[in-house]
Amino acid sequence: MITLEGVRKKYSSEVAIGPVDLEIPKGGVTALVGPNGAGKSTLLTMVGRLLGIDEGTIEVAGYDVTSTPSKDLARIVSILRQENHFITRLTVRQLVAFGRFPYSQGRLTVEDEEVVSRAIDFLDLTDLENRYLDQLSGGQRQRAYVAMVLSQETEYVLLDEPLNNLDMRHSVQMMKHLRRAAEELGRTIVIVLHDINFAGHYADRICAVKDGSVVEFGTPAQIMTDEVLTRVFETPVTVVEGPNGPLAVYY
Amino acid sequence: MTTAPPTPARARRGGRLLDWKLLVGVLVVGGLLALSLTTGVYDVFGAEDGSEMFAITRIPRTVALVLAGAAMAMSGLVMQLLTQNRFVEPTTTGTTEWAGLGLLTVMILFPGASISARMSGAVLAAFIGTMVFFLFLRRVTLRSSLIVPIVGIMLGAVVSAVSTFIALQTDMLQNLGVWFAGSFTSVLRGQYELLWIVALVAVAVFVVADRFTVAGLGQEISTNVGLNYNRVILLGTGLIAVATGVVTVIVGNLPFLGLIVPNVVSMLRGDDLRSNLPWVCLLGVGIVTVCDLIGRTVIMPFEVPVSLILGIVGAAVFILLLLRQRRRG
Repeated sequence: MITLEGVRKKYSSEVAIGPVDLEIPKGGVTALVGPNGAGKSTLLTMVGRLLGIDEGTIEVAGYDVTSTPSKDLARIVSILRQENHFITRLTVRQLVAFGRFPYSQGRLTVEDEEVVSRAIDFLDLTDLENRYLDQLSGGQRQRAYVAMVLSQETEYVLLDEPLNNLDMRHSVQMMKHLRRAAEELGRTIVIVLHDINFAGHYADRICAVKDGSVVEFGTPAQIMTDEVLTRVFETPVTVVEGPNGPLAVYY
Repeated sequence: MTTAPPTPARARRGGRLLDWKLLVGVLVVGGLLALSLTTGVYDVFGAEDGSEMFAITRIPRTVALVLAGAAMAMSGLVMQLLTQNRFVEPTTTGTTEWAGLGLLTVMILFPGASISARMSGAVLAAFIGTMVFFLFLRRVTLRSSLIVPIVGIMLGAVVSAVSTFIALQTDMLQNLGVWFAGSFTSVLRGQYELLWIVALVAVAVFVVADRFTVAGLGQEISTNVGLNYNRVILLGTGLIAVATGVVTVIVGNLPFLGLIVPNVVSMLRGDDLRSNLPWVCLLGVGIVTVCDLIGRTVIMPFEVPVSLILGIVGAAVFILLLLRQRRRG
């Protein structure tokens, strides 16, 4: 379980987060949705202890993220940010292997190598594992990053807009991989999503964030309504029944 | 991850440390070093006191080539990882100039200072200077890769101007010129031994190589896998400062070495730091030795400083890298 209690973060006189009180249960996929600048990514980065908080407490699986040593947290929760830009020229396998750093500090054991291989296979990267990241397409590279956080074998996986820059096919593929990770590997996945329809179809729970606060939290059936979505996104939204479930239409 | 299909039993491991290519590299560099031992005006094999001259000059000079070449190449590599920029190294970030300023300051304040005291001054100044540069980078977050070395070179120019001014005031300008021109000419027995300190730096870099690679992926990925990013930056800066400070005091300025070596290795082998390190050392030693041999033979019986040759070679490679990057990006 991820618990946020009275969490506040102040950026400037206009922009502030909180107070946020939220409980994300263990298991399944939870999607964070909301308008631009609502604070979804900020909340996620604070849970992933990449950003400090001003007030309140955040606990992941009972561990306070501000007081638990970062080294120990790295085995409990992993976080992948949206932009991963670095000059290092690594192969897919070398990148994924860094997910084992919390366990091996870089000196991989046979077991580590097996976990790395499984994560690579899980995301269908087996044939690409010796390619350099700069030789991959955007979708393949994104899968490699996700493989890295999966090989970290943390119970909680936080992903900040992993569908960004992916086309339809790759977005659907990615969501299916994440669902499988939740169902088959028992991971708890918290994901920031831009497209409400992806959240409606693939998530188990949706958390709507607006102006730095959590305004709605419930199942897709509870959130995917005209009234809620229109209020959250401040634009007229009609929910229609599609062939595979409800669809939000907003244009 | 229990439900994934069993992995086929194929060789799925990262880069290997030793292979036949590395052996060939070692042999080639070994040959160059042997050449360095036998090159010179003095006939060490014919003359009566040949063996003594050999021990006084040739061996120290060759050892110094190995240590300085490896240390500067590794410093460049570590610096490039920590700044996430391919174009930085101790001479394009002002680190060398700071070391020079530290050396000068100790010389003026304590005229009779021992070589280890001078070295400490250089190392300390190099550390402060590199930290200033890193903090500056963090504050302005200039991620355009070319701005970073330009800022570094400017910072270095300012520091070097301060050194020149102080040297002018204290009548030490000529000494300054001699120190800055990197040269192995004056490396003699009894004067170079402290250079062995950089061997410790090399060992330390080998030990913490993986941390530097992780830090090279950025603060967020580092934190995610539980690495204390700031501590690694501090450690890396310390190691760079020690290597640069010591090399500057004993040999002088070795421009571009830390720039070209890691880039060439990365182009050829990718960036698996642990398996690259032996190559970086080897190539660093090889290039310095070749440049030193050219410097020793081009106007025999006189010598030109190795920094002159390195400057020419390095500048050419630097421009090539820039052109290559433009074509790619």
